[in-house]
Amino acid sequence: MLKIENLHAEVATADGPKPILNGLTLEVAAGEIHAIMGPNGAGKSTLAHTLGGRPGYEITEGSVTFDGQDLLELEPHERAAAGLFLGFQYPVEIPGVSNVQFLREAANAQRKVRGQDPLSGGEFLKLAKEKAALLRMDMDMLKRPVNVGFSGGEKKRNEMVQMGILDPKFAILDETDSGLDIDALRIVGDGINAIMRSPDKAVLLITHYQRLLDYVKPDKVHILAGGRIVKTGGPELAHQLEEEGYEAVA
Amino acid sequence: MNDLTTLPTTRDEDWRYADGKYLADANPATINHWRTLEVPPGETRFQYTEHSSGPLAKGWTDRLRVHVGRGGRFESFIVITGGPYERCEIEVTLEEGAHFEFGGVTLGGGDKIQEFVTRVIHAKPGATSNQVVRAVQWGRSTGNFLGRIEVVRDAQKTDAAQNFRAILLEKGASANTKPELEIFADDVKCAHGAAIGALDEKAGFYMAARGIPPEVARKLQVQAFIADAFENCTTEHVAERLLEGALAALEEAHL
Ligand SMILES: Nc1ncnc2c1ncn2[C@@H]1O[C@H](COP(=O)(O)OP(=O)(O)OP(=O)(O)O)[C@@H](O)[C@H]1O
Ligand SMILES: [Mg+2]
Repeated sequence: MLKIENLHAEVATADGPKPILNGLTLEVAAGEIHAIMGPNGAGKSTLAHTLGGRPGYEITEGSVTFDGQDLLELEPHERAAAGLFLGFQYPVEIPGVSNVQFLREAANAQRKVRGQDPLSGGEFLKLAKEKAALLRMDMDMLKRPVNVGFSGGEKKRNEMVQMGILDPKFAILDETDSGLDIDALRIVGDGINAIMRSPDKAVLLITHYQRLLDYVKPDKVHILAGGRIVKTGGPELAHQLEEEGYEAVA
Repeated sequence: MNDLTTLPTTRDEDWRYADGKYLADANPATINHWRTLEVPPGETRFQYTEHSSGPLAKGWTDRLRVHVGRGGRFESFIVITGGPYERCEIEVTLEEGAHFEFGGVTLGGGDKIQEFVTRVIHAKPGATSNQVVRAVQWGRSTGNFLGRIEVVRDAQKTDAAQNFRAILLEKGASANTKPELEIFADDVKCAHGAAIGALDEKAGFYMAARGIPPEVARKLQVQAFIADAFENCTTEHVAERLLEGALAALEEAHL
């Protein structure tokens, strides 16, 4: 479903471009959930942003195919419409734009690209209520401006409500578990399973901890270090990392 | 400063960001003309304007002098989308406990110069004023806000707030502001803030990552930005109409 080959990418910085991804290769098949773990600064978020098409992230080599099409040719919003979802490590606040307005625009923009009719206000609200309930988020929060004044954990939960509403084919979730309390972690874990566990969907979970993986069982675990995948294993690799640390394992 | 026959020039403090060519060609009688408005004690008067002009327009200036009686309220909300030079000037004198509420938006591209010039005189104790100006500029246009606040001696418990923010959508656009405060009383609250910047890129990418195309994202961001200026408008449908007019101007620009 997603095939990344020898990906090299650099980030625009004040001192000029800085190479971050150095020949990253990774393939996730439909129906699978993969976890990516790796030390701080390894390039995990850079990978997520690069796949999302964030301006300032330049690909210097390599390819990414998503569902058979060249992902890198698409504009960021076209990638979303093609079914790619990015769960942000640091969700962005948008003052003055309510969650409801934001998500209805997003859902209908995606539907338009796919040739579907737009959702009416009523249809959209019904869907939003259902997904908010799934993630146990108060509907009142959906009426507030996007992420403004949300706690760290609430922002992460809101990411998952958004994922539920937009119903993507492929989700890259960047530390969605960071900042969640113990109960919220279980709710989010169950939410990810409910929304994304399907033979024609797939997930790339970026995480630092084993805990989320107790709820969302990965098929494969990769270690990303120095901008490349340096080791791949089964779920046991996450346990091993938890006990021994990156230096011993990778 | 100007008598009825001489024209202002950009050397005059109050006209420093004006379009010199417009001033040179202007009719002194028009440009020096002040409309006046009296708000009786305890009453409220409104002024809502959406000023746009076609491609052949030569420009527009408007000057309004308002006197607000004791406990009265004057509310003015104005959107300027035209050019090549559009200037809206308001001078308000506030009696005891009176209030002036102002929301202004400039929105333009090309070479347009658009500005608000206000002078608020807190002449008696306990008067309040609140001014919010938002500028959205692109092309090589300019949005200005010259806000002068005068608090006379003995006008204690004055509360005068002024806030200006500009978003420059393209590199060549600019914005100017210079708050002027002349305060001769000591028990006075005078909050003023100004910020000039670009659209939040992070928010733009966040919206794109959810499938919102850049032009829609920009519209949502600009809408949220200028809505601040109408927040205290007591007539909701007017605020909506002004906002819609402003967004239509943005759409026409095909950015
Ligand atoms: N705009 C930038 N300017 C300078 N350096 C940058 C920029 N963006 C990313 N980097 C650097 O790129 C490297 C990879 O960052 P990235 O955010 O991808 O790490 P990460 O693996 O997600 O780390 P973490 O686990 O802490 O979230 C880091 O060393 C970071 O400092
Ligand atoms: Mg990261």
